[in-house]
Amino acid sequence: MAAIDTLMDLAGKAERELDANVAEVDRILHICNACRYCESFCAVFPAMTRRLDFNVADAHYLANLCHNCSACLYACQYAPPHEFGVNVPKALAQVRRDTYIEYAFPRVFGELYRCNGLTVAMAVSLGVAAFLIATILIKGSLFVPGLEGEFYAIFPHNTLALVFGAASLFSVVALAIGVTRFWRQVSEPGKPVAMPAAVGEAAKSALTLQYLGGGHGDGCNNKDDAFTLWRRRFHHFTFYGFMLCFASTSVATLYHYLFGLEAPYPIFSLPVILGTLGGIGLLIGPAGLFWLNMRRNPLQMDDRQKTMDRGFIALLFFISLTGLALLAWRDSPAMPLLLAIHLGFVMGLFVTLPYGKFAHGIFRCAALLKHAIEKRRPNPVQAGAD
Amino acid sequence: MVDVLIVGGGNAALCAALMAREAGASVLMLEASPKDWRGGNSQHTRNLRCMHDAPQDVLVEAYPEEEYWQDLLKVTGGETNEPLARLVIRASSNCRDWMRRHGVRFQPPLSGALHVARTNAFFMGGGKALVNAYYRSAEALGVKVRYETPVTEMLLDGDRFVGVVTEAGERITAKACVLAAGGFESNREWLREAWGRNDRGEWPADNFLIRGTRFNQGVLLKAMMKAGADMIGDPSQGHCVAIDARAPLYDGGICTRIDCVSLGVVVNREGERFYDEGEDFWPKRYAIWGRLVAQQPDQIAYSIIDRKVVGRFMPPVFPGVVADSLPELAAKLELPVETFMETLDGYNAACQPGTFNHTVLDDCMTEGVAPAKTHWAQKIDTAPFYAYALRPGITFTYLSLKVDDTAAVRFADKPSPNLFVAGEMMAGNVLGKGYTAGVGMSIGTAFGRIAGTGAAAAARAAHTIGRH
Ligand SMILES: Cc1cc2nc3c(=O)[nH]c(=O)nc-3n(C[C@H](O)[C@H](O)[C@H](O)COP(=O)(O)OP(=O)(O)OC[C@H]3O[C@@H](n4cnc5c(N)ncnc54)[C@H](O)[C@@H]3O)c2cc1C
Ligand code: HEM
Ligand code: SF4
Ligand code: SF4
Repeated sequence: MAAIDTLMDLAGKAERELDANVAEVDRILHICNACRYCESFCAVFPAMTRRLDFNVADAHYLANLCHNCSACLYACQYAPPHEFGVNVPKALAQVRRDTYIEYAFPRVFGELYRCNGLTVAMAVSLGVAAFLIATILIKGSLFVPGLEGEFYAIFPHNTLALVFGAASLFSVVALAIGVTRFWRQVSEPGKPVAMPAAVGEAAKSALTLQYLGGGHGDGCNNKDDAFTLWRRRFHHFTFYGFMLCFASTSVATLYHYLFGLEAPYPIFSLPVILGTLGGIGLLIGPAGLFWLNMRRNPLQMDDRQKTMDRGFIALLFFISLTGLALLAWRDSPAMPLLLAIHLGFVMGLFVTLPYGKFAHGIFRCAALLKHAIEKRRPNPVQAGAD
Repeated sequence: MVDVLIVGGGNAALCAALMAREAGASVLMLEASPKDWRGGNSQHTRNLRCMHDAPQDVLVEAYPEEEYWQDLLKVTGGETNEPLARLVIRASSNCRDWMRRHGVRFQPPLSGALHVARTNAFFMGGGKALVNAYYRSAEALGVKVRYETPVTEMLLDGDRFVGVVTEAGERITAKACVLAAGGFESNREWLREAWGRNDRGEWPADNFLIRGTRFNQGVLLKAMMKAGADMIGDPSQGHCVAIDARAPLYDGGICTRIDCVSLGVVVNREGERFYDEGEDFWPKRYAIWGRLVAQQPDQIAYSIIDRKVVGRFMPPVFPGVVADSLPELAAKLELPVETFMETLDGYNAACQPGTFNHTVLDDCMTEGVAPAKTHWAQKIDTAPFYAYALRPGITFTYLSLKVDDTAAVRFADKPSPNLFVAGEMMAGNVLGKGYTAGVGMSIGTAFGRIAGTGAAAAARAAHTIGRH
């Protein structure tokens, strides 16, 4: 009984917290809707003017449309210490965390967001430990001379493909279910629109991180009211670095199965070039994002997401670092050790994809798409005071 | 000793500081407020009225000098000064590149403000973003800023500026000075005195809300009056609009406006209507409603609408009082239900058939009821019913220091060699009464820049004299 009570208590608390976070967004956006000074900074404000009240679905949608650029915090005449205490980026960040929790699949795993630093640390530790143990079990030692460059002498390619294939398949399915449920809740029926145009616009906004530009292109805010483009640039390093690494793996898989070409590939082969470039991006990007994150004005953030953000940044950084180290020393006896560590980090990322910061990209894309669709429909609120 | 001392920290002060610094002067700004509240009323603004002969980035079509001047002439009823007004108008046509260089960004007109798309350039993020940009630029150029440093006294030698004394008793001297400390709209005592007592024995100003900063206490207007400076503008007048009665006492800003007045009826505490709610579009009428509400008992009135017009006006910041019937609404508002119902029944019965359209001056009007409602008169009969209480909200005061086109403060019609004034403290020269959106910032920007340049030149002159 006691256990059930505790669970019910926890569930009740989570619900009240969600209600409180949505209520805060509703309160603040009522003020913004009467003010509208921030209309050109981003997509959130134009989306807001299509509504008079903000329910749970609206709050989730707008929260994920927000890029946390914080231009509207420094520009706000009602920001703290004003008694209205308007802080849009913070209020929306709080709901964003609720989105990740609420729409995670399976739902109970959403709870992992509540202690995300621990989640990521555990996933990585377990991943690394598993590969280290496996290496020892298979080869009897972590330093095996004579295996230089022979990755598959330790873990056969098919085993790796199976393990990582299964992990990523699960993650992709879990993310897809989550974002589909999100989509169902936030989208409403309406006039059909030109979908290719809408998708194109959303993709462009996502790929250029348009809304980290502050509307004027000067950038977003980090520690004070001055604008910086570095957050966007470092995210580009991170994102495109990640995509290059992903491309590298995909090309390598094609080489393997289609052409029967086995790793290790020469330095000037496509997979290694893509992987190295991506790896460098994935060092510079996360390092820069970490630096900015440490200097960010606490007013702009939801405190409870600091560990999730920093944990994810660190994870990406170490994946890249261990990957590049493996490339550098692949022909040394340390190769098995480095391989096990690198695979462990990658596994840590793969299994936490649907339960960590990675989800932000997916939900943001969905929100951008919804916005691109919705803005092509007539505004249901005809409030023109003209 | 610093070359140029700037008293104030809003738009006019910042424009003066930047220009003086660009002219090579060393500049110190004294802002009364803490950093969080810097920028006076300027932080609440949203646009600047701009002359332009052809479309310009965010501005559509043209707004020629002559039309701008005619608009000013109309709203001020002639209480303006043509050469100074034209100076402001012309300056508004070419100041925006300079503003952009100092980090100000413009945006297309806000939704709900399309009626000024042609005449007004909106600041991206509003006045606070503008103020932030100017402070960043000023500090980068080496302007020194001291917050929480209200000036209480002016030190003059005849018509020559010598220095100031701060609230903490510190004496600060400079070769030249620009006063840009706003009007006296935040000074409740002074407002009370200026508005006086009405026939009912009330002090109406006690019920006024101040839409902007709490720091514009008019200390320097008083000091300069005492020092014998030439003044202009009616000391008993201010720009007053009808705003939500629940707005905070200070800094409620733009969002406390109530935009549904013209779509319903307005009754006073006695439950009676007192003016044609549909005379004209609300943006053209909200200013007279401040005064109208100020004349009602208790300085309060209630805008009443029904379900039909929800979503047809800019959403108010606070939710309205809601009821399923009109008597219930009256009871919730603690209005005399019987009179209230007589008023509403009378009004409803007087509504003539017409085609309601809130975007034009439509043909829905009343017949046989006083006061008449001449547009948008629809029966108030569809539950739920909503009410918003209104109070007068004061935007700024008109009392000013008299200037000519050099922005110099004048004594017995002679300009001071080194004391200048800008912004609200001299806006009465151009805007003796009335208001049209965006003119406050045009005046402050034009004269702030003139005053800054003048002060830098005066400081240079003082320097040369000092050397001989
Ligand atoms: C809600 C609202 C909206 C408005 N919207 C617009 C608009 O969209 N467009 C427009 O053109 N106009 C608008 N106005 C009018 C506009 O705000 C003023 O015309 C303009 O800001 C005046 O600028 P200023 O620099 O003279 O005064 P302010 O910006 O008020 O600055 C005065 C400064 O002096 C400081 N100060 C006061 N006393 C002292 C002292 N003793 N010592 C030192 N410092 C002192 C204050 O702290 C403040 O920083 C609006 C006004 C309000 C209230
Ligand atoms: C595809 C669409 C994506 C969009 C639109 C997007 C957008 C954003 C935005 C706006 C932020 C800043 C606000 C926040 O912290 O939440 C952010 C942060 C971050 N993103 Fe992305 N992202 C995407 C994909 C990715 C991917 C694929 C990665 C890496 C694998 C990534 C890594 C990060 C990291 C590490 C941060 C945290 C940085 C910080 O603390 O500021 N993002 N993203
Ligand atoms: S954030 Fe502040 S300034 Fe911007 S729209 Fe909202 S209330 Fe207005
Ligand atoms: S923080 Fe940036 S993206 Fe988010 S609502 Fe404010 S301006 Fe828009």
